[in-house]
Amino acid sequence: MSTTSPLLEVRDVSLGFGGVRALTEVNFHVNKGELFSIIGPNGAGKTSMLNCVSGRYKPTNGRVFFEGRDVTGMTPNQRATIGIGRTFQNLALFGHMSVLDNIMVGRHHLLKNNFLTGGLYWLGAQKEELAHRRKVEDIIDFLEIAHIRKATAGTLSYGLRKRVELARAMAVEPKIILLDEPMAGMNLEEKEDMARYIVDLNEEWGMTVVMIEHDMGVVMDISHRVIVLEFGRKIADGLPDDIMSNERVKVAYLGVDEDEENAAEAVA
Amino acid sequence: MISSSLIPCGQFKTSYAKDTTIFDTPVMRAWAVASVLFLIAAPSFLNNYHLSILIQIGFMGIAALGLNILVGYTGQISLGHAGFFGFGAFASAWLNNSFGVPVVLAMPLAAVMTTVLGLLFGIPAGRLKGLYLAIATFASQFILEDFFARADWFSGGSSGAAAAPVNLFGYELSGDTGFFYVVLFWVVVMFLIGSNLLRTRDGRAFIAVRDHYLSAEVMGINLTKYRILSFGLSSFYAGLGGALYGHYLGFVSAEGFTILMSIEFLGMIIIGGLGSVAGTLMGTTFMVLLPEVMEGGVSIAKSLIGGDVSWLNEGLAYIKQASIGLAIILFLIFEPDGLIHRWRLGRSYWKLYPFSY
Repeated sequence: MSTTSPLLEVRDVSLGFGGVRALTEVNFHVNKGELFSIIGPNGAGKTSMLNCVSGRYKPTNGRVFFEGRDVTGMTPNQRATIGIGRTFQNLALFGHMSVLDNIMVGRHHLLKNNFLTGGLYWLGAQKEELAHRRKVEDIIDFLEIAHIRKATAGTLSYGLRKRVELARAMAVEPKIILLDEPMAGMNLEEKEDMARYIVDLNEEWGMTVVMIEHDMGVVMDISHRVIVLEFGRKIADGLPDDIMSNERVKVAYLGVDEDEENAAEAVA
Repeated sequence: MISSSLIPCGQFKTSYAKDTTIFDTPVMRAWAVASVLFLIAAPSFLNNYHLSILIQIGFMGIAALGLNILVGYTGQISLGHAGFFGFGAFASAWLNNSFGVPVVLAMPLAAVMTTVLGLLFGIPAGRLKGLYLAIATFASQFILEDFFARADWFSGGSSGAAAAPVNLFGYELSGDTGFFYVVLFWVVVMFLIGSNLLRTRDGRAFIAVRDHYLSAEVMGINLTKYRILSFGLSSFYAGLGGALYGHYLGFVSAEGFTILMSIEFLGMIIIGGLGSVAGTLMGTTFMVLLPEVMEGGVSIAKSLIGGDVSWLNEGLAYIKQASIGLAIILFLIFEPDGLIHRWRLGRSYWKLYPFSY
């Protein structure tokens, strides 16, 4: 895998908001077909990192490459069309639309009809719309949300909304899918389901997955590779087992003795 | 789209085509077709007064649907709709008077001109949201009002512009009956196009921009494009409605298209239901009928009170105006989802009749 050029490469990315440095010279790459996780304590800059990749934030320094192409200056909607899809940490569904329409919005850049051909439905858009409906139904089947396809998205339970959001991101047919805490706030059963979907997404659908997640059990079980962020810096990068045994990571999550910390600062 | 719980039982969709129809059930479609057929037959038994009310509902409804696409579906408030409505009326008269374009063609052409204008005035929407956008559209209202009053070459300035009646194949459709069919044709066409739009790509994009613009952008939707496009489309509807209005009255005057009219349009879609095509028609019907009903009510009151009722006669105009304001306020308090919501509640109540428990 390492011989091919990476699908996504983040090179020296720094991000600052005024005096706050959210990210400092973060480097990493994601290979095609990988299930890649970003972990770190709260406020470490994980979501900011994802926002830099999806285009919500523009890095202050550094560049983001996708398929060898510099995408740093592209807007989020341009990035969606070249194959970067994502879900959000806080639910971001279109609350008043049906689940089906939510997922159909994901097909936006794949559909060709516009307000003219769409307005003259029977002369233009119908065939295309129905063909894409077919594709959307495959996703609905896969995520087992057929029973709620006509429900209004805003009325669903938290776990289902997360699943619909994953469906919508899948409908974009991205080459890489960025999942921001897909299991936050779920019970054990829902987490198990979601973990299974993510693994299937990676193995059966062949999508490269980048995931932020706090549930270490899940991360270590299903990830191929993990990086750890702390205070906007990357402190570890490697296989799940290496990360588990990494001293820096333990310190980042559990903290250190004050004496040790003072000593470390003195050395620095 | 409405949620499945509101669809009568016993409805099974066996193809995706059947699941994406404008009307949820064949019965509803049959009712809609029947109402159109009824309206086609209407001039034979309705008098001119009733026809003129229906015509008013028609052209106001087309314009209100445009506003609903902008406000209800895309979530961008506009206080300048009457300006575009007026521009359509003047543009159509201008095309006909100055260039001899037949009225049948001048009306859609005027709508296209209004679209261009709407796209222009919609540019601030690329940057502004909410109240700030409302103020920007407020400005467009005054710019257009001033333009109508000053641009003699276009609108005839303060003296207004004459608008010729519709002439189709050498046959003049000047009376209420003839014009009724012209309006009916456009209402059916524009409402079908509107419904189709909202079940395809660009319509979904509008709703996505309204509900969550950040995630809409991540789904590949160009926010600026759709925000401005929504203004363009809404102006097309306003322009067409205005053109019909102008040619119906036969005369377009610059004084008619005030901010009050813009608010009246907003009232129509609030009362009917924001984000609902059918609701738009309900709201327009309500708003057009309200002053007529008030007039009827006042004349009943006069006969009941007896004696000197000159104060009632003088107050009639105020009563009409106030009732519109009152209706908007009452709807905002008691039924912010509009008449269409009441209608849906009613439908779901009768869904399992007589076993509705």
